[in-house]
This record gives sequence, C-alpha cells and structure tokens, in this order.
Amino acid sequence: MKIAVIVFPGSNCDVDLYEALRTVCDADVEYVSHHDSSLDGFDAVMLPGGFSYGDYLRPGAIARFTNIMPAVVKMANEGKPVFGTCNGFQILTEVGLLPGALKQNNQQRFICKTVPLEVVNNQTMFTSQYQAHERIQLPIAHADGSYFADQKTLDELEAHHQVVFRYAEENPNGSLRNIAGIVNRRGNVLGMMPHPERAVEAILGNTDGLKLFKSLLEHGRITVEG
Amino acid sequence: MKQAMTPEEIKAKKPYLDWSLSEVEYDYISKKLLGRLPNYTETGLFAAMWSEHCSYKKSKPVLRLFPNKNSRVLQGPGEGAGVVDIDDGQAVVFKAESHNHPTTVEPYQGAATGIGGILRDIFSMGARPIASLDSLHFGELSDPQMRMKVDGTVRGIGDYGNCMGIPTVAGETTFDPCYQGNILCNAMSVGLMDQRDLQRGTANGVGNAVMYVGAKTGRDGIHGATFASADFSDEHATQRSAVQVGDPFMEKLLLEACLKLIHQHPDWLVGIQDMGAAGIVSSSAEMASEGKSGMELNLDLVPQREPNMSAYEIMLSESQERMLLCVKKGHEKDVQKIFDFYDLDAVTIGRITEGHDYVLYHDGQEVCHIPVSSLTDDVLEEESREAKPERITKAEQAPQWQPQITDPAATLRALLQQSTVADKRTFFQQYDSQVRTCTVVGPGSDAGVIRVRGTKKGLAMTTDGNGRFVYLNPEAGGQMALVEAVTNVVASGAEPLAITDCLNYGDPNDPEIFWELHQSVQGMADACRVFDTPVISGNVSLYNENNGKAIHPTPMVGMVGLIKDLDYIVPSFAQHAGDLVYLVGQTGDDYAGSELQKMMKGDISGTVQLLDLDNIHHYLQQLLAQMQIGNVASAHDMSEGGLGVALAETLFKTDLGMNLDLRSLSAAQLFAESAGRLVVTVPVSAQAAFEKSLGHDAQLVGNVTNTHWLELHLQDAELNQNVTELQHLWEEAIPCQLKSKD
Repeated sequence: MKIAVIVFPGSNCDVDLYEALRTVCDADVEYVSHHDSSLDGFDAVMLPGGFSYGDYLRPGAIARFTNIMPAVVKMANEGKPVFGTCNGFQILTEVGLLPGALKQNNQQRFICKTVPLEVVNNQTMFTSQYQAHERIQLPIAHADGSYFADQKTLDELEAHHQVVFRYAEENPNGSLRNIAGIVNRRGNVLGMMPHPERAVEAILGNTDGLKLFKSLLEHGRITVEG
Repeated sequence: MKQAMTPEEIKAKKPYLDWSLSEVEYDYISKKLLGRLPNYTETGLFAAMWSEHCSYKKSKPVLRLFPNKNSRVLQGPGEGAGVVDIDDGQAVVFKAESHNHPTTVEPYQGAATGIGGILRDIFSMGARPIASLDSLHFGELSDPQMRMKVDGTVRGIGDYGNCMGIPTVAGETTFDPCYQGNILCNAMSVGLMDQRDLQRGTANGVGNAVMYVGAKTGRDGIHGATFASADFSDEHATQRSAVQVGDPFMEKLLLEACLKLIHQHPDWLVGIQDMGAAGIVSSSAEMASEGKSGMELNLDLVPQREPNMSAYEIMLSESQERMLLCVKKGHEKDVQKIFDFYDLDAVTIGRITEGHDYVLYHDGQEVCHIPVSSLTDDVLEEESREAKPERITKAEQAPQWQPQITDPAATLRALLQQSTVADKRTFFQQYDSQVRTCTVVGPGSDAGVIRVRGTKKGLAMTTDGNGRFVYLNPEAGGQMALVEAVTNVVASGAEPLAITDCLNYGDPNDPEIFWELHQSVQGMADACRVFDTPVISGNVSLYNENNGKAIHPTPMVGMVGLIKDLDYIVPSFAQHAGDLVYLVGQTGDDYAGSELQKMMKGDISGTVQLLDLDNIHHYLQQLLAQMQIGNVASAHDMSEGGLGVALAETLFKTDLGMNLDLRSLSAAQLFAESAGRLVVTVPVSAQAAFEKSLGHDAQLVGNVTNTHWLELHLQDAELNQNVTELQHLWEEAIPCQLKSKD
C-alpha cells in the first residue's frame, strides 16, 4: 500500500506522520506537495496537522483550494482511504468530504495535552485493531478543535455509526457530543483532532495510536495486495 | 529622496541624542572616522549600530570574562548562534535572546516576535530548530493588568511556536514585584544540524550578490535597537511603533526555503544572516565586516510594504521574517526559484565591491558612503563606573534572618501555592510540546529532553535564573544560576555541554547596576570554568527599569546537555515503593532570597554565600556516572521552596509516598534553598555502588512507600501530609489566581 502525505504551506506534522508510517510501521510512504495535482499510483492519502496558510481566514479554508485537493477528493470518491488529523481534519470538513466544522476551542486557547478517548466504532478500516469501546489516550494540540454540526447532521452521524472517537471523561474543547473523530458514510474518509502519529513509540511514552496505522496497513494488505 | 535634515542641521539640532547616540560619539564619528559631518541617513545608521543592543559597547569588557571555548565548541559568540559538537558529525546549535522591552509594551507581539527572532538565528546557521524554551519573569498575579500581560505573553509564545511546528519543551516562569513595570521575556531555541551544513554570516567575493529574502519591509520596529537601549518612563508613553508584528506562517516558509537552499545547494551560498535588531543595516554591515568586503546596496530594490519610505526607514525597519543572503554571482535566479516555490520574495539588492566601503543608493542618489568598519568595529567602548551598593555592605554586616517554623506541613502547603512554585500547566499547555515527535520529556520536569532521531542520543535543556539571589549577592547569584542549570541537566541524566545566556539588568550608567553586572558575570564565568560549560552565545538586555526603578539583576542561563544513551534517561519523579531516598548536596541555613522568606516577610533580605563549586562539580559527576550505569531511579533538583517542595514534586503524578528520617535538619531547613542539591531515589540493589561513589555527598534518609503520604521526622517537628491534597493545592493555585475578579 503506497501512502501519500500531503505537504501544504504551513503543515508541520507532516514529518511526524511520515516517520510514524515509515520508521515505525515500515510502510511505503511519500511526501506530495500541494503544488502537485495528481495522486496516481497512491493507494491512500493523509493530510497532516499544522497551520496550513497560517490558519489565516479559517483553519483549512485556503488549503482546500490548493492544486492537490481535487486529487484527494477523487481518491475519496474512489473509496480509497483518506485520513486527516488536526489541520487535516479541518481541511476535510472545509472541502466537504466530512460534515460539520471545527470551531475555536471553548476556552479560546490553544491546548496541548493527552486526553482519554473512547473508540466508538472499531468496524472501520482505520480502527479494526482496536477493541469495541476501547479506552485509549491520545495527545491533542489545537486551538480550533471544537466539533460543530447541526442537530440533524449529528443524529445522522450517530445513526450511521460515523462517530469513531469520542472524548471520554472530559471534553477538552467543547465539541458537540464529545466528538473527536468521524468517518464519512462510506467509511473511507476519517478526520480526527487527536494525533495518533504522536503515540506510536514507547520512548515518547504512548503507543495507543499505533493500532490506527496498523489497521489501515492491514486493510491495505487485504485490498491492495489482495 | 531629500534627506530630512542637512548635515549642518544635524550638527546644530542634535537629533541623534534622541536616538541614544552621544555627543562624544557623534564628534568621534565626524572627526576621526569620516573626516566630515555624517548626513541624516548615516547618522541614523550610526545611532542604531552603535546602540548597546547592536554593539555591546558597555557590556563588552564584562563579557570578555566568559570562557567560550572547549574541545566541543565549533562556533562561539559572534554568529547567529553557538554550535557544539555532539559526535557522529552532528552538532547542536543554540541561543537565547531577550525581548523584554517589546513584551512589556505589547505582550502578545513582543513575545511572538521574540520567538521568531531567535528561530531565525538558529536556521540561519543551517540548523533545523528542534525545541524552544522560555524564561519569563512577571510582576504579581494579584495585579489584574499583570494577569492580562501574562496571558498575552503566553499566547504570543504559543501562537508563534505552535504555528512554526517547534515544540516548547521547558522553561521557567516566576513572579516578583520587581518585574511589575518591566517584565522579562527570554526565549531560547535549540537546533540540530550536520556539521557539514554549518553556515556563517559573511559576505565576500567581488561581484557576488546580496539577496533579500522573506517578508516585505514596512515601517514597523524602527528604532527597536535604540528602544531596547533606553529605560521606560511614563513621560515616553508612545513607543508602540517600536514593537514589531510577527507572522509565523511567513517564517515557516522562510525556514523551509532557507534550509532547502543550505542543504541542497550549499555551493550557491556564501553567507546568510537574519535581519534582526537594526534590520538591513546590521545584517549587511556585519556580513561585509565578517567577509572583509565592501558592499553596495540599492534600496529602491528592497521589497516594500508601504510607499514613500525613506532610506533611513528602509535601513532601520525591524520588519520580521526577513533574511539577507550573499549568493555567488550567476546563481541569483536559481536561488529565486527556491523561494518562488514558497511564494517568497528573493531579490538582489546589491553587490560585493572592491575595498571596504559601505555604499547605499536611494532614488538614484548616493545616501551613504562610509567605511564598513565604522559601523561594526570602531564603536567606542565605554568605560563604566562601578560601585558596590550600600544595601549589600549593610546586609553583610547584619544578622541573617532565621525563620521559625512550627507547623512544617502548613508551610509546605502555603509554599506550593506561591505562584513561582505552583504548577505552570495553565501556561505550558498552551504550547505544543510534542510536535516533531521527538519530545521524550516535556514541560514540568527539571529539563526538557529531545531525542536525536536515528541515534540513541538525547539532548537535555533548561533555562534558569533567579534574580533574588543575584540582587542579594551578584557574584554568588551568578554562580547559583549556573549551578541550578547544571543540576537540572544532570538530574535528567545528561552531561552539561555549554550555555547561552540573557543578561537582564537595569541602567548600566548607574555604577551600582554596572557593579551588579560585573560581579554576577564573574560568578557565572567562574562556575562555567569549573563545570566546563563555555558560553557559546547570548545577549545583553540593559535598561530594564520603570520610572527609575530597576529589576533585580537577572542573568538567565540556558543550558544544553548530551544524553549518550536514552535508555539511561532519569525521570524526575519517584518510580517504585521500596527505593531508597538520598539527599545529594549540603543543606545549610540558606534563607536569604528564598521563596520562604518572600512568603513570610513579603520581601527578601540578607546575604548569600559563595558556593564550593569544585565540590558540587565533583559529586554531580559522580551522580551522573551512577545514572549512566542505571543505578538511579529518579532525580529531582531542589530549587524554590527547597527540600520540602522538591519532595512533594517527586511524588506528584505518582501513587507513592515517602517516609524519611530528617532529624539532621530543622523544620526551617526543610525550606532552605542551598544550591546544588537533589532528591535522588535509588533501587536497593544499587545501594552499595551508589554510596561508594557518592560518599558523604549523599545522605540516605529513608524509603519510597506505597501510601501516597509524605512522612517526615525532623529535628524539631513531624510532618504527616497526604500528597493528593498537596498536588491539588499546587495545581489549582495559578488557575485560581487567574480567575480572580479583583
């Protein structure tokens, strides 16, 4: 499975995603510039965290208009895995691949800490290695991570098991229904505010994010290598 | 463009006095250096380049006391940042810089641009910044305006560093009334590089291009350098234009573009330097001076954000996120292509010339023609008068304050809620401490630890300064600042490598303040020699005064240490019930300048003893050797609040306790702040080896228990205290103060 990590101007977790995949998971991964317009030859695409275009205007609002985004949308429409963390999640909502929006944290401050999460749906290509309702800890690091959508959208998300991660115990940013990560209806586009790529090595004190990448690579092994 | 005044008008009206250039200096420049009267632009350039901020003309004689070489130092002071060998062809690059004046006037932008400036110093050397640290000193949180300034400063640091994607991994935040009118914001950046990528700020080779890259030039920050070289007073309330505005997104692009150029095309590049204080003039003149070259610049080619800027404004603007490059002739377009990819300006604004003249053109006219060296090397050093303050002589003769502690548990609870001691989570949670996924130990420990990817190595880093001790005895305080940093770095299992510093003082024209500067630098320098930690970079911030009242002299030490094998990193909190607890170092009746004294008396007084540096060095070396063979389970430095606070912090975030026989200490000594001490826990299996190595410098006092209670048996009191309660008080103190409606 060949994975693209998109580098937008201002992306800064691109290296972290790349290293988690390459060094820790021994995956086939390449950086792709926002200037490029094709993702031919890739089986999955990841949108990293950071501050694309400085978060100016609105996080993700400018990045969604870059050259590479039509190719990302195309992959999503083909049912290939598309993953966005933090700013990547914000871009996915801005481009319309995921519903809702990420608003400023309710305390109006950037917040960096490790929080408890519940894996609500382990029946996705991104979470199959987790137990149902498994409690994990992942770092968050964002100023705009408060998930918002109208009641109808929220009900639909729940009805179709699209809520994949929920904040457990405490809600760090004011997200509605404690939502930390969602998939699209088809289940191939995942966006989440927490950073699984920061939790893949014991030396950094946390390996709870590893199963996410392992799940995806396992999915790739089955679907791509058949 | 017409000059604002003729040279004769300048001589008569003396506008340079407002730019902090003295009459003596002006006369020296006219008569000795130029042999004519300088024009308006030239006078402005001299004022900026001859300011203390750029020239260190007052502090230079004192700075010469610092050692700045050893076998590991690859680059000492004088470049963007210092560089130290960490083996395997790699180097660590670091520097600290103060941004006190801008942060006092406009905390958010002042702090943000402080981070921006220090990051450029690191990547201009060819290194990728891998971690940031800060050292913040505020007035008391009981003042609502100070709470606003604290909030602005913290958001400024966070927003800039977070956007750049550089983790903030350690630092210090203290509170004292002496910083009420002049807060201190010192930022340190640490970078990592391959030694072969090392760059220098130089310009040479006749015909080579001087290229301007990055953000456009506006009128912001003009006089930033002279602004930092004068003190605050209510009479000059409108200094806002001297504060720059930061754009971290622009800086991120600049970082990536510069590193791409340096790493992939070093053959195109002659030199590179940040445009920091005094903008284009300082970077270009310093590069020409370093390269022993002449330089010609055409200011009409400088990318400008505003119309009708004068030559003077263009040259002195401190607009952020700009760099100056010297590029080999013929490669200008290649360099431009790299910056185009990042949508950044890269413009050739001048050439290296024969001879040593510094020539500027604006609107088709020559507006400056002076020797390069007159700006950089011919600055008149100023002899400063020194006088020992009477308060110190008096304190040396007076009896020392001796606290009476009858309920040590109550004292400990109160100390843990002092804002300088209390948990700083509220602040450091606003900093991304994990981005780049190399943070092994983040904020809230003795030192931050960053791993070096692809190796077993780690880098430990800390910032430390305590103005109270320096105020009471500058020489001892200088020693203590260094010892505190060494102790923090050793506590994490690292070998101290070198230091950077920010020297924050009041008005050096006051002989007592200059004496403080001299004495404390002497103390630091002596300690640097003992610990073999040379000073490789740093800065001086003088005139930290408000309405004639100076801050405590506050030298900040930023230290980096090398961990050769991350398997032997040592945590700061207790690990296992049953482990032995040792006190390393000697505890005395050291209450002068302590947090205890400040809490009980409302102010500090007394005198502080000089340290036995050789002894401290000896036992820290022994301790480090024990750590490197896995004989130490945890180690935590004792600082504000002494042993009592250190013991509590060693147990926070664990479910463990301690039962200690401290009958050699009085209840008061539980809170003494004798320097160079640690609480260390050791597995029983390592007892013999540990005791043999540390000898009398480590005192066995008891065990780690599994009760989560702190039980201390002191000479004259007992302390039995639930640790959960202590942690709660410690964690809630600052959030509680920030919520105050007063």
